Amino acid sequence: MNALAASTPLSDQVMIQMDSIHKWYGAFHVLKEINLTIQKSERIVICGPSGSGKSTTIRCINRLEEYQRGRIVVDGQELSNDVKQIERIRREVGMVFQHFNLFPHLTVLENCVLAPIWVRKLPRKEAEDIAMGYLERVKIPEQAKKYPGQLSGGQQQRVAIARSLCMNPKIMLFDEPTSALDPEMIKEVLDTMVTLAEDGMTMICVTHEMGFAKTVAHRVIFMDSGEIIEQNTPEEFFTHPQSERTKLFLSQILHH
Amino acid sequence: MTEFRVPHPDLPPPASTIGALGWMRRNLFSSPSNIALTALAAYLLWIALPPLLNWTVFKATWSGDTREACQANSGACWVFIRVHFDQFLYGFYPEAQRWRVNLAVLLLILGAAPLFTQIITNAAKVKLGLSLLVGYPIIAFILFKGGLFGLPDIETSRWGGLFLTLVIAGVGMTAALPLGVLLALGRRSKMPAIQTLCITFIEFWRGIPLITVLFMSSVMLPLFLPEGMNFDKLLRALIGVTLFQSAYMAEVVRGGLQAIPKGQIEAAAALGLGYWKAMALIVLPQALKLVIPGIVNTFIALFKDTSLVLIIGLFDLMNIVHNATTNPEWLGFSTEGYVFAAAVYWLFCFSMSRYSQSLEKRLHTGHKR
Repeated sequence: MNALAASTPLSDQVMIQMDSIHKWYGAFHVLKEINLTIQKSERIVICGPSGSGKSTTIRCINRLEEYQRGRIVVDGQELSNDVKQIERIRREVGMVFQHFNLFPHLTVLENCVLAPIWVRKLPRKEAEDIAMGYLERVKIPEQAKKYPGQLSGGQQQRVAIARSLCMNPKIMLFDEPTSALDPEMIKEVLDTMVTLAEDGMTMICVTHEMGFAKTVAHRVIFMDSGEIIEQNTPEEFFTHPQSERTKLFLSQILHH
Repeated sequence: MTEFRVPHPDLPPPASTIGALGWMRRNLFSSPSNIALTALAAYLLWIALPPLLNWTVFKATWSGDTREACQANSGACWVFIRVHFDQFLYGFYPEAQRWRVNLAVLLLILGAAPLFTQIITNAAKVKLGLSLLVGYPIIAFILFKGGLFGLPDIETSRWGGLFLTLVIAGVGMTAALPLGVLLALGRRSKMPAIQTLCITFIEFWRGIPLITVLFMSSVMLPLFLPEGMNFDKLLRALIGVTLFQSAYMAEVVRGGLQAIPKGQIEAAAALGLGYWKAMALIVLPQALKLVIPGIVNTFIALFKDTSLVLIIGLFDLMNIVHNATTNPEWLGFSTEGYVFAAAVYWLFCFSMSRYSQSLEKRLHTGHKR
């Protein structure tokens, strides 16, 4: 077990429960029997070849994707088709996207306070104080008045993380947060994520950054063709992969 | 041995590439064919400008009150416009009550002025804009129509001139934009009933000429209404124009909605924003900004299309000018009349165009990166 995982013990409180989730795009079966239980403060890294259903899996947790069979319980609340219930759950689940998806017509600060003001109904002053606090944590408070288009990719992604944190979520989902970044910017985003991990945030991260998985994750999950093939602690996963497909995948991504 | 690099000093650009001379070289005389075109354009201006200026300015009659005053000069008789000017502005609105129109215009200018400056915050602008949108039509209607607070009632059939043109255009624009936005959202809705309804509405109104809409509203509609029920001709025209233009507006706005990446909606949803908040705060501000040129294009077309109400007997600017040219005392001055009408239309349309350009520049936040 890595040092960070050892230093942040898990509670036995279940944060996310996915029970035999199945999803189809038309006739195409994208998710097959996904079962996943995630504890509070647990950090999961999901990896696998492209098209394996990693992103789709985490996008089911905040209902950006519908699924046709199975059930998901997030922080004690079951996802249903009820729009209000979905919005309630989304308030507690932050998400960071591959392409940042900042709102280009709003400044960095406005990006951060929008949801706290309109969803959490916080007074603007309070929301701005909270936002500046998180912008300092991601080390870009001086950019607050700028527009996203004026920032570098790494800075934009850190703003996106701050924007999610402003909602004070219980869970953070990361959907390939560093895949669209230039190599020299990946580290600043990963560092931000590590500080988040140190605070005990429940995190699910789809990523190919195996270094991040080794140092931060409690558990690594390998997916292929819509199935969870294998899951294990980082040490076991990287040193003793069980299935042939995992071995093949690891040999491909670790030797280039 | 250390080598020192002396930085090259900044030199001024060659004289022939800057200033008026440089501009002319680049734009007027850059190649033999360009030189030929410049010469041709100069020649055309030479033969067209003097007679035009003579007619409109140098040989025109500016003072006097009768047509006799114009006989001394060969140019335009602007006396015709002077004599009819008030009529062109107000139509047959009673002279003693025209202050009401002026007051309403003044109120609008005063009320809307802060929107075009940087004095107040954007949030205050939104509030002011919305309260104007709701409150001003009521105030303006009471002032124009009267019948309340001791103001004499004035039939809408007596409204006319530029005043009527602005009423139709103003109502058409302010009502067609929100309606068009709703139709555009409806057309992209996931609910089949709403989608079908919106598509049917849009395709129906886009498929018929405005002139038909106006004819139907003034001639056919009364046939379908029960006996004794009759509502105002102007109101019917307003509804017709609004519904017609909202269909065009919907398609313009839809173009903007389609240009917004799906990730924007997903990010808004992931933050817990519901559909209407996501649309109002995230999608529409970006989409509408993208289609400002298209919206203003529709507004300009609408402004000019208001002149079609002449076929249902409303005396807008165009019709009142036309009416004056048939005045037996002032026969033979239709050119002056139409040139004046054209100039007024142009002035309004050009102002809208310039405003839209400045708005686009101001709202640009470098999102293209």
